[in-house]
Amino acid sequence: MTANPSAFDVVVIGGGPAGIMAAVAARRHGASVALLDENPAAGGQVYRATPATFTRHEAVTAEELAGNRLRGLLERSGAATMFGYKVWSVSPGFRVDAIGADGPIALSTPALIVATGTSERVVPFPGWTTPGVIGLAAATLMLKSQRMLPGRSTIVAGSGPLLVAVAAGIVKGGGRVVAVIDVAGRKEWLARVPAMLARPDLVARGARWLAALRAARVPLLSRHALSAVREQGDALEATVARVDAEGAPIRGTERTLTADCVAVGNGLTPGSDVSRVLRARHRYARAKGGWLAVTDPWGRTSVPHLYVIGDGSGIAGAAAAEHHGELAALAALNDSGRLPAATFDRESGTPRRHWDKAARFGGAMAGLMALRPAQVAAIPEETIVCRCEDVTRAEIEAAVDRGAREVNQVKAWTRCGMGPCQGRTCGDVVAELVARRVGGREAAGYFTGRLPLRPVSLEAVTGDYVYADIPVPKAAPL
Amino acid sequence: MSERYDVAVIGAGIMGASAALFLARGGMKVLLLDRGPLCREASGVNAGTLTLHMTRAALIPYAQAGWRMWTSAAQWLGSGVDAVATAGLSLAFTDAEVEMLEARAAVRRRHGADIRIVDPRRAVELEPGLNPQLLKAAWCETDGYASAYLTGRAFRGALVQAAVTIAEGQRVAGVESGDGGFTIRAPSGGTWSASRVVLAGGVWLGEMLAWLGVSIAVKCLINQLIVTERMRPVMRTVLSVASGLLSLKQFGNGTVLIGGGWQGLGDTERGGVETVPDNLIGNLRLARWTVPALSEARITRIWLGLEAETADALPLLGPVPGVRDAWVIGSAHSGYTSGPYLGQLLAEHMLGREPSLPLFDPARLVGVPLPH
Repeated sequence: MTANPSAFDVVVIGGGPAGIMAAVAARRHGASVALLDENPAAGGQVYRATPATFTRHEAVTAEELAGNRLRGLLERSGAATMFGYKVWSVSPGFRVDAIGADGPIALSTPALIVATGTSERVVPFPGWTTPGVIGLAAATLMLKSQRMLPGRSTIVAGSGPLLVAVAAGIVKGGGRVVAVIDVAGRKEWLARVPAMLARPDLVARGARWLAALRAARVPLLSRHALSAVREQGDALEATVARVDAEGAPIRGTERTLTADCVAVGNGLTPGSDVSRVLRARHRYARAKGGWLAVTDPWGRTSVPHLYVIGDGSGIAGAAAAEHHGELAALAALNDSGRLPAATFDRESGTPRRHWDKAARFGGAMAGLMALRPAQVAAIPEETIVCRCEDVTRAEIEAAVDRGAREVNQVKAWTRCGMGPCQGRTCGDVVAELVARRVGGREAAGYFTGRLPLRPVSLEAVTGDYVYADIPVPKAAPL
Repeated sequence: MSERYDVAVIGAGIMGASAALFLARGGMKVLLLDRGPLCREASGVNAGTLTLHMTRAALIPYAQAGWRMWTSAAQWLGSGVDAVATAGLSLAFTDAEVEMLEARAAVRRRHGADIRIVDPRRAVELEPGLNPQLLKAAWCETDGYASAYLTGRAFRGALVQAAVTIAEGQRVAGVESGDGGFTIRAPSGGTWSASRVVLAGGVWLGEMLAWLGVSIAVKCLINQLIVTERMRPVMRTVLSVASGLLSLKQFGNGTVLIGGGWQGLGDTERGGVETVPDNLIGNLRLARWTVPALSEARITRIWLGLEAETADALPLLGPVPGVRDAWVIGSAHSGYTSGPYLGQLLAEHMLGREPSLPLFDPARLVGVPLPH
């Protein structure tokens, strides 16, 4: 019915650093490559490109230079790039269906490299769905791509290096940061210094961000977390409390802060939708962000010729992702007989070493962003956890108490995770809540992966047709 | 596991759960086993269509009884599956389909379904969302829909109250009949014992009957289902087409469920694992053709559910041929509507009560190959 899919030796989903370098490396060895991304340009979340229509009046940052370098490599590689295409279907073998401004396309490939990054996790608190409360990732997008401040005054809260990056970005853009609220303590950051020293360049960048915050006299409240946000006239009033080492709030330490935006994020979870749909084996790794496909250092999964790389295979950061991309390209070509074993071995050495080193730094950062069970335990009963379907913690736990034993059953009984985001936002926290009562994350499981990978318009999928074009199968028995 | 049950029901879908419930209410001590959670296979993931338009003709009186049970679930089950009674229309867009529609409606009418053929003007009055290009419609007032995903939740409460022992996540490796009862073996080597056994395993019934040395072929269909985001009201009836290859309804929450038995890939071991893009597009085109406003919908989820079909597409419902005190229930094509009633009916037979309708003797299918 649909036109024959266009065939490529390698198809890469995701145009962040991992995907870009996978495409570039595969092209270098002569493979035909297609790379798809739903964004208008390559770079991913970390090196998000400024829209082409923007005129700039400011100096180009080191980060932009890094993004421009990768975009240049991709452009010169000769890979077929499809930006603005949402991949909504992958099927074994492999076929990839995507929808762009000009309608649907289909690709076929013997080797599929998935570099779809992460989604942001928010541990719910009363008021987290209030307008004006946004994710750290959303704030990053506004700052990096749209050159917009998220608010005139912003509270930046949550965990991990994004806190400092977002706060420094706001200060640099001329905004006011009311406070940075970090669930981690200074000791936790210090404990990671040895691992961070694997990448002195990145440590230096972090130090520059911190210096900028100090210069702007931004209060840094470490071992604190948001416990509520409510609207107060035009502003948001946030309640902040001290937390213990596990992330549990300490009663009696609450104070309030006022801002017109709250940017909050409690770490990142690997986007494992594609590998779930393709039924690869997954494991739970709290320190790497959650459930992720079981992979070897080249990104090989339990499904032959399916590779998962970059932060989507476990949070390790942008620097590691580039090398991971190169490794996956080598493996994909070697596994499909396009690259001799000797070349594969020789060429793998350097990226493996770089990847190991960069992943140590990224892993240390990921540890800071890992989900803290005590923070989940502190979610009040009546707080909405699934924001698409308005399902509260109490409703989720009531389902478990009535006999639902894992997340998919909880979903069926409560509609939690059935909305437009299909659990991409709430899934990790829901599973943690269920895990508390059924004996762990493995027992609680994860939402079964199904298509579409993104909500997709029925009009776009069906296109133009007449009734006779519909190949209605044989009638059901009477 | 040393306890002895009056009856062990293996398979906790609607058929098994309903049989277990009515057997327990009839005074039996019941064990209900399933390799997974309660009602999470076909019973929990089907389209929830409560229709006669897609029911096998011979099953219509049973589906009518099931329809009454679903729409009054609060009374006998305690909590329900959000069943909504509304009219159902089956549509024809071509001359060939008109012929099929009229012929099929006539047969179903003979089996007791009040189905009338109406012209496009009347059809559009009943369902303003319809594509006016239809040629004829078959109209039945006994129709409706349920949220199938609530089935397990609804049955669990009633089963617990009836003191049924529910054993979820328990695989069964085999069943042996011995003197005065059955030994049910777990893969771990553990056993359960019961005086009677009911096999209620849907698409797995072929394998389960083989435990008792009975050979009946059961086909496994891999049905694809699609649900949209919440959207404005675009329809109020349950819609299908003459061939049965579409089911369409909009729930109270605004989501639209699209089904009809277009096939994906999978098997009884792995379940439904792969969506076939061309079948998906075909199914969606038929849905959008039928209700044009669906073009503005966004799809949030596509899933695959297993459906069992016997050689004559009628249920297995009755004694296991040649094995005393063993019974089988299930593999009813489009069996969601009739499901609770079939379970109740089997319980009536097993409890020695006057059954309200006859069974579908499984002996008819022993050794009968599946068509093509």
